[in-house]
This record gives sequence, C-alpha cells and structure tokens, in this order.
Amino acid sequence: MIELKSIQKSFDGGRSFAVADTSFTVSKGEFLGLVGESGSGKTTTLKMINRLEEPSSGTIIVNGKNILDQNPESLRRNIGYVFQGIGLFPHHTVAENVAAVPQLLNWSKEEITKRCQETLELVGLPYAEFADRMPNELSGGQQQRVGVARALAANPEVVLMDEPFGALDPINRDMLQEEFKRIQAQLNLTVIMVTHDMTEALLMADRIAVMKDGQVLQIDTPAQLLHNPQHEYVKDLVETPKRRTDRLERLMQSANVGLS
Amino acid sequence: MDSNLQEQLQLLPVYFQGHLALTLVALFMGVVVSVPLGVIATQSARAKQPLLSIISIIQTIPSVAILALVVAMLGGEIGFLPAIIALTLYSMLPIVRNTVTGLETVPAEVVEAAQGIGMSSSQILIKVRIPLAMPVIIAGIRTAAVWTVGLATLSTLVGATSFGNYIFTGLQTRNLVAVTVGSLASASLAVSLDWFIAGIQWLFENKTKGRPSQRYGQIKLAVIVATLAGLSLSAYALWPKPKADFIIGGKGFTEQYIMSGLLAAELESVGFTVDLRLGMGSSVAYEAVSDGSIDAYLEYSGTVWANVMGKSDNPGRIAVLEQVTDYIQETGDLVNIGSMGFKNLYGFAMTKARAIELGVTSIDDLVPIAGQLIGGGDLEFFGRPEWASVRDTYSIDFAEKLTFDTTLMYSAVSNGQVDVIAAYSTDGRLAAYDLIMLTDPRNALLPYDGFLIASTAAANNQKFVSVLQALVGKVTDDTMREANKIVDVDGGTIAQAISYLRGVIHLDFIAAE
Repeated sequence: MIELKSIQKSFDGGRSFAVADTSFTVSKGEFLGLVGESGSGKTTTLKMINRLEEPSSGTIIVNGKNILDQNPESLRRNIGYVFQGIGLFPHHTVAENVAAVPQLLNWSKEEITKRCQETLELVGLPYAEFADRMPNELSGGQQQRVGVARALAANPEVVLMDEPFGALDPINRDMLQEEFKRIQAQLNLTVIMVTHDMTEALLMADRIAVMKDGQVLQIDTPAQLLHNPQHEYVKDLVETPKRRTDRLERLMQSANVGLS
Repeated sequence: MDSNLQEQLQLLPVYFQGHLALTLVALFMGVVVSVPLGVIATQSARAKQPLLSIISIIQTIPSVAILALVVAMLGGEIGFLPAIIALTLYSMLPIVRNTVTGLETVPAEVVEAAQGIGMSSSQILIKVRIPLAMPVIIAGIRTAAVWTVGLATLSTLVGATSFGNYIFTGLQTRNLVAVTVGSLASASLAVSLDWFIAGIQWLFENKTKGRPSQRYGQIKLAVIVATLAGLSLSAYALWPKPKADFIIGGKGFTEQYIMSGLLAAELESVGFTVDLRLGMGSSVAYEAVSDGSIDAYLEYSGTVWANVMGKSDNPGRIAVLEQVTDYIQETGDLVNIGSMGFKNLYGFAMTKARAIELGVTSIDDLVPIAGQLIGGGDLEFFGRPEWASVRDTYSIDFAEKLTFDTTLMYSAVSNGQVDVIAAYSTDGRLAAYDLIMLTDPRNALLPYDGFLIASTAAANNQKFVSVLQALVGKVTDDTMREANKIVDVDGGTIAQAISYLRGVIHLDFIAAE
C-alpha cells in the first residue's frame, strides 16, 4: 500500500541528512508505529508521504502510484491526516471542520451532511449535540476526536498521524488510543503513526519502525522487538515501558505492605 | 435659538453629506487597495519591506501638503477627486499594517493543517488565513476610519465640501459657534463610524452558527440599518445634482467669504443658479479658475504679480494691474472683469499708543529701532516676496519674527506680545484694536487691488459679465473694512456683511441688521 524506496532528505543541500537511505513497506490494513526521539527524522519521513516535505532522493509509492506523479493537493485529499496540535479551524464549527475535505472534493451537500453524521458518531460525538459547536467550546479530548473524524471524512484508505494523542490527558489518551485501534480495524485502514511514546506504539501498532539519526534501526512486530532487539538503543527503548511497570509494581507492593 | 447657531445648523445636512461621502468612499477605496497590498506583502518577503516603507513615508507627509500635491498632479483639478485620492493614501497605513500582522499571526498549526488536508495556497488564504486575520484587519480599518473622518475636514481646502467648511470659515471669521459645530459634528461622525465598524468586528468574533443569541441578532440588525442608512445618504450626496449655471470660488479669509457671497447673491438676483467653492488655498483658487473648475472669484493684483508671475519688483499700482491683466489673458485665457475699488495690501501696523511712544509713523521710522522690536505676521508673510522687498528696500530686520493665525496676530499686537504686525489694509480689526498703518515711503509693498477674475467661458456670457461689471468700483477701502468689521469685530455673520455691502452698492439702504 505504501512503499518507501531509499528515501533521503537533506535540509542543507546534502551536508547532513534528516532522513538517510530509508526504505520500508506498509501493507494494506497495517498499522505502523514510527518511533524515535526528537530529531530522529520520524516526522519528516511521515510528511514526505503526503508531500508536505519533498524527498531529496528516492521514490515513494502510495496505492501503486508514485506520489511525485500526483498533484500534491489531490494526493493529500485522499490521505487522512491527524495533527499533533490538533489543528482544527477555530472559525469553523465542528461539522464544518469535518466537512473540510469532502468540500474540497466537491461532494454534494447531502453526502457531506450524511458523512459528517457517520464520522462524528464513529468517534463518539453525537451529531445533534456537537455539529454546531465551535472548537474552543470542546475539551482537548473532544477536539482530537473531531480531528480524527476530519481525517476519516473522505473515506481515505491511508491515514497519517503525527503524535495524535500527545497533547491529551492520560485518561483521554487511553480511551482514544483504544477507540482508534477499533476504528482502524473496523475500516481496515492503513495507518502510519509517529510517536515518541513506546508504550503507545507497542499497544497500537502491528509493526514498529525505530528511528535514530535519520535511519530506521529496526522494523518489526512488537513481540519481535521486545524479545529480539537488534541494537542497544532499540533494547533500551522497548524496555522502558517494562522498567516503568516494574517500578510501579514495586511501589504498589510497598504501599500494600505499609497498609497492612 | 441664537441666529448664528441657527445659520450654522442649516448648513449641517449639506456638510454632513459631503463629509460622509468623502469618508466612506475614501475608506472603501482604502480597504480595496490596502487589504490586497497587505496580502501581497505577506506572500512575498521581497515586496514586504519596500511596500511598508513607502506607505509609512506617505503617512509622514503633512496632510495639507498631500492635498496640494494631489491637486497639482491632477493638473489643478479641485473638489471631490483630489480629496478622495489624498484621504485614500492616508488611510492605507493602518489597514496594510494590520492585514500583514493579522495574516502573520494565524497559528502555524492551523495553516499546516489546512495544507495537510489538501487545500491549495489560495484556498488557505481565502478560507483560513483571511477569516482568521479578520478581527485584526477590521481593527486596522477602525483606526483608518477615525483618521479619515478627521482628515476629511481638510478637504475643504481643495474645494470639497466637508465639516471643514465650518472649521475653516469659523476660524477665519472668528465664528466660534461654527468651529464648535464643525468639530462636534466631525467627532460624532468619527465615534459613530468607529462603533459601526466595531459592531461588524463583534459580529465576526461572535459568529456561532446554528443558535445565534438575542444580542447577536440585535447587533446584526443595528449594523444592517446603519449600513443601509450610510449607503443611501452617501449615494444621495454623490448623486449628480443639477449643475449650477456658475461656480464662484473664494479663498479662506473673511473678505473672500463676503465677496464670494456677494457675487453669488448678485448673480442669483438676476436668476442664475450659483454654486460656491469656499475656503480654497490661494494657488488652488487660481489653478481652479484656470482649468474651469470655478468661473470667477475675487483675486488681488499683487498676488498674481508675485505668486503666479514670480515678479519681485514694484512698478506701481497701475502698471502692476495692467501687466497682470495682460498676463492672465495671454497665459491662462482669463479675464479681468474690473477692480472692485478697494485694495487689500499688506502693511505694517502698530497700536496707536505704541506708535506714539516710539515716535513712528512710517516704515522709515522703524529702521533704527527694529533691532529691538518683535515683528508678527500671518502664517505666510515672512516667506512672501513682500517681506523680502521690505527687508531689502529698508535694510530692516526685527529682533524676532513670530507667525500667527491672523485672529491671534491681532490680539498679540494689541496686548503687546509683538510690537508691529503685517496687517491687511481692509481688515476691520485695525479699527477695533486701535491700530494705525505705517506709511511706505519707498514703495516696497506691492499693491493689492481686488479685481474680479473670470474664465473666458464665463466671460463670454454677456449677462454674467454685466452683473459683475455693475460691482466694479463700488466697494471702497472703507466700505470693505466696514464689511470685514461686521464679521471679525462685531461678531456678525457673513450674511449680514453681504447684505451691508449690497445695501451700499445699490444705495437702497437695506439695513445691515
């Protein structure tokens, strides 16, 4: 479904590379987590797939077509995008935000309204209650639900997500992660999600690509990464959630001891 | 009600329409030009700095100078057009600046989101950036609106009717009622326009679709009503009026207001319709009659001699008038209908008490003591050829030279702040302040015979010419001084001074109230 072949990206004319010689394939219906620290090149890699950034060299194929052969705007209209900062249009209602892409695609009014209802219900926001609200009247969690609904409105097969749950409080983040996983499975979406939260990647992704200094160190299923890390850095990274869980357990035990 | 106030309020509808039309048209043009310029500035880094610099520089040029320059660039055309161009230029800075600021402060994440869902850059501009920048852009338009209302008063100087007619006429004729009415009217218009645009801004910021509040509905209604009222009033003001038979001009001081009113009254008495263009700058009036924007006004021989012909010598009263008549005929196709009979020249004046104290009766007597005296003049005197001529002919200079608005100049000499002033020989205030004119034994000061100047087109109308010719020679120095005194000293209105003059001219003893 998505294929990156020897992708390189330099912002300074080739002296240094934000993304260096990266290749991977994501098949239809697969959920790929793109994990790494700030500056590892994960967001740049994601943005090259819908041409918000252009690769310095290499080829990207989406749905069998070289993306460079397509008009960037129409490419983007066919790829859902969920943003880090949510990025809702503050001057538009919830319904207008969701309708943004279908409108760009010149859908009919009835189709748009029908689709708005479907997608808002899908992300757990009753249409009647939310359609006419402005973004600033919603909580952070509700806003990102609208963000997800907007990404899904035009029935894309591919959805790109850039730290979509990073700004949410833990409870909302948990809920949305689970719900999105359910929606992804239900619609058989092909998803690439950038995150620096290894726990999030392990819980949601079918496969995870670990990036460092512009390169993919390892790309594997969560189980393989946990049991068979091929780099010290990957090992460190995947063990972080486990280490934290262990610390939490010890803490709870000592608390229990204290109580009894 | 006070008759003066009543007279002023009768003028209100005409001045209001003129002022409103000037403001709205200039503001509309300002928005139409400035918002796209602001957009261009944000799209192109290379255009931004030069563009903002040029617009800032325009703002630093004094507004009166802009008006004069625009009139000159239009080849002497006066009235609505030059005023609109100048006001539009002046309204640009706040609108362009706020458009740039508004567009640049749209959150980057929103712009990125718009890009990410597949909007083209023009769609991002129209659907996202401009709507989000709108409150800031409208705030800029509010600033521009208040400025424009204030500056529109200056349009009077180029012959466009505005509340400035009250202010300039009032200042020149010591009619504080007129100045007050004009200032209050202008201020109220500025405040109303500001509220109106603030209402639009509020509507933008509180746009919630689906369930508008009651307050939203009320403000929306108020904005719509105000829009319709403003549009219909300015449309009415701009609607072509039946053209008057003749347009009489006038400069911005009492004698001119009286004389243009007199000319209009005489022409109307034989059935002509007349429009007035009052309070014009001296050079504006000459340009206007040259290009036919006005048909006639009262000009002074010395003014044409020095300012238009650029002469600095003084061949005497008769010679100056003859050469001026030839000159305007040959170069401007203009006609001297004839002299009114009075001369309004600059002369040096002192209070009688001070003159006796110093033993001065002529400019010659001033020469040895001028180094200890303070001289006063109107805003232009010390820059005029008359002063250069006096200075060179008599080798005289004052210890200090102060310039004043004429009204203030007379009180300054009267209360001793200055010793001697350059006064006008027909000024009614000479008598009122007990001033005496010093003689000019060396003929340094140019003669200023008041004569009627007319465009050839108008002068071809026999009836028009005969009405004006009937006035030739009928107004002596004393008569003119008395008419000026009615306004400047006795606090009468221009209308009273005109009826006094008509009484004298027609010898039918109409009492001057």
